[in-house]
Amino acid sequence: MKPSVPAFLRKGRTRKGSDKPHEKAIGFLLLLCALVSVGTTISIILVLVNDGIFNFVGEKAFFQQVSLKQFLFDSKWLPDSPEPRFGIWPLVNGTFMVSGIACMIGVPLGLCSAVYLSEYAGPAERSVLKPVLELLAGVPTVVYGYFGLVFVTPYVLKPLFETLLGFEVDTFNVASGGIVVGIMVTPMVASMSEDVLRSVPRSLRDASYALGGTQFDVSMRVVVPAALSGILASVLLAFARAIGETMAVTIACGTFRRIGVNPFESMQTMTGFIVDASFGEDDAQGIVVKSAFAVALSLFLITLTINVISQMILRRYREVYE
Amino acid sequence: MRRRLLLSSSFRLICRVAVYSAILVLVTLLSVVLWLAMERLTLQFFQRGFSLIPDRAGIKAGIWGSFWLISLTAIFSLPVGIGAAVYLEEYASDTRLTRLIKVNLSNLAGVPSIVYGMLGLTVFVRMFGMFGRGIQLNLLSGWLVVPLPFGKSVIAGALTMSLLILPVVIITTQEALRAVPGTIRTASLALGATRWQTIWSQILPASLPGITTGAILAISRAIGETAPLIMVGAVTYCRICPGGIESVQTLLTDPQRVLAAPFDKYTAMPISIYGWITSGPPFMSVAAAGIVVLLFVLTCFNGIAVYIRQRARNKLKW
Repeated sequence: MKPSVPAFLRKGRTRKGSDKPHEKAIGFLLLLCALVSVGTTISIILVLVNDGIFNFVGEKAFFQQVSLKQFLFDSKWLPDSPEPRFGIWPLVNGTFMVSGIACMIGVPLGLCSAVYLSEYAGPAERSVLKPVLELLAGVPTVVYGYFGLVFVTPYVLKPLFETLLGFEVDTFNVASGGIVVGIMVTPMVASMSEDVLRSVPRSLRDASYALGGTQFDVSMRVVVPAALSGILASVLLAFARAIGETMAVTIACGTFRRIGVNPFESMQTMTGFIVDASFGEDDAQGIVVKSAFAVALSLFLITLTINVISQMILRRYREVYE
Repeated sequence: MRRRLLLSSSFRLICRVAVYSAILVLVTLLSVVLWLAMERLTLQFFQRGFSLIPDRAGIKAGIWGSFWLISLTAIFSLPVGIGAAVYLEEYASDTRLTRLIKVNLSNLAGVPSIVYGMLGLTVFVRMFGMFGRGIQLNLLSGWLVVPLPFGKSVIAGALTMSLLILPVVIITTQEALRAVPGTIRTASLALGATRWQTIWSQILPASLPGITTGAILAISRAIGETAPLIMVGAVTYCRICPGGIESVQTLLTDPQRVLAAPFDKYTAMPISIYGWITSGPPFMSVAAAGIVVLLFVLTCFNGIAVYIRQRARNKLKW
């Protein structure tokens, strides 16, 4: 947080108008830089609305050609067939299957790693583990997709579930995508949760030890509950990240659009469809590409909602300890 | 009591297994990729472009494409990102606009990268379909043709990528600026320096290691990013290097080609890898070789970042 400088020195320390003209110009220039990010958000919304809901320029938008009712209540997604149907649910189903599996793997792994790093590991062990986790976080998603396709499916899922348990495992399947996305979000959950765990005041730990608590009592009954809202926020952010993840699921999960819960079948996700629709498209026209914008709009709204909720949780949490 | 201690130590074991299994996964991933890549990692792999025959496929076009893409991305995003962070940390007072920018920033960081791809496709590649033809600029060395809309060119990809990493650059720079002790600011101002003089000659130099580390990490994210590039049209089946520049010598001696390169078609390392992965089983080893090259580049970048961070930590003690 901010260093301990008197407030009157940090902000507005010079009287208004006391800056020289060229200093004012620099300040204005820097403000413009900061406004680029606002401009980005506005253009994202404009672009998605322009091709999704209402056309300001160009051809008719998606929802001017297809009704919202069909989008939300049809059960089939067949944008390129002669009789196109646009029901978003198969894609949503695929997306939530993948992110659900990813969270089942990433959240326990990430949380346990966070507890270990913040409560158990000594400084030497930490200084090794942290960079390795950072390395894991830095692996590009296309590599994770490749790993899912050439390793997880043939050498983990097939022997385990096909040979041993008798399920039928497709070459492209949701489970492998979910697993690699889970591995991908693990370092994210770990580092964010570790930050919240470490911000729990030392006095709470000391009090718990003084009352005769074991290490387990201190970490799981005192520190984790104290940091629970922050942990929840990190889990939500990981979930949003898994929903928006593109390359790994495009490569590992295949292109079959269906509603179902069998993790060993191929299912296309929302992001997978967007790549599918725009890849190789030379002049981006037509209803298929428009439908990709509608899917992107839904994706944007879902991740935005989750992000806003998790930030609200984080903000409330900060107020408690600072 | 014994049961509680047993519970405690077994929980500790579980947590330890969790951390080390993450490491095990990383090791497995690396060894699988290395193992598959072995047969393809020859010198020729770096000298060849795309090919439909696995034996003739190479990553040269991908490397040069990524080089141009990342250089331009850095040129666009770093000044803007650092400027924005300086504004937010050193200039902005707590107005409604500032709060809007801050909230917006944390939301932008959570937007899926593919959505940035849609943005880039409409704004940079097609420019809403508003322009028909390019413009020509008369430069001293000859005519520079700027196609408008940009189409599927390096510059469209670089602009998209810049917007994608901008939140990361801003947030890490903000952290670096916050780490500069307030006493330095106070001392500089007390000696009569103006606000900008303080920032330029005291705060920026002091936070330079932090800013550099953040910038390198943001850039390395851009190197591996694939989804938005697919949207803005990096071509998988591309054998040419942007501007036809295939050696460092050409890069340094042929300004005409250098000027043309940003408006050329391109492929990039992760895009080539994706292309090979989708080309079927015979290309899996080629993809693995590409991944090894990509991971090597990323490791170099991360290594530099870690080195700078360590050196700064040893050198500067506030």
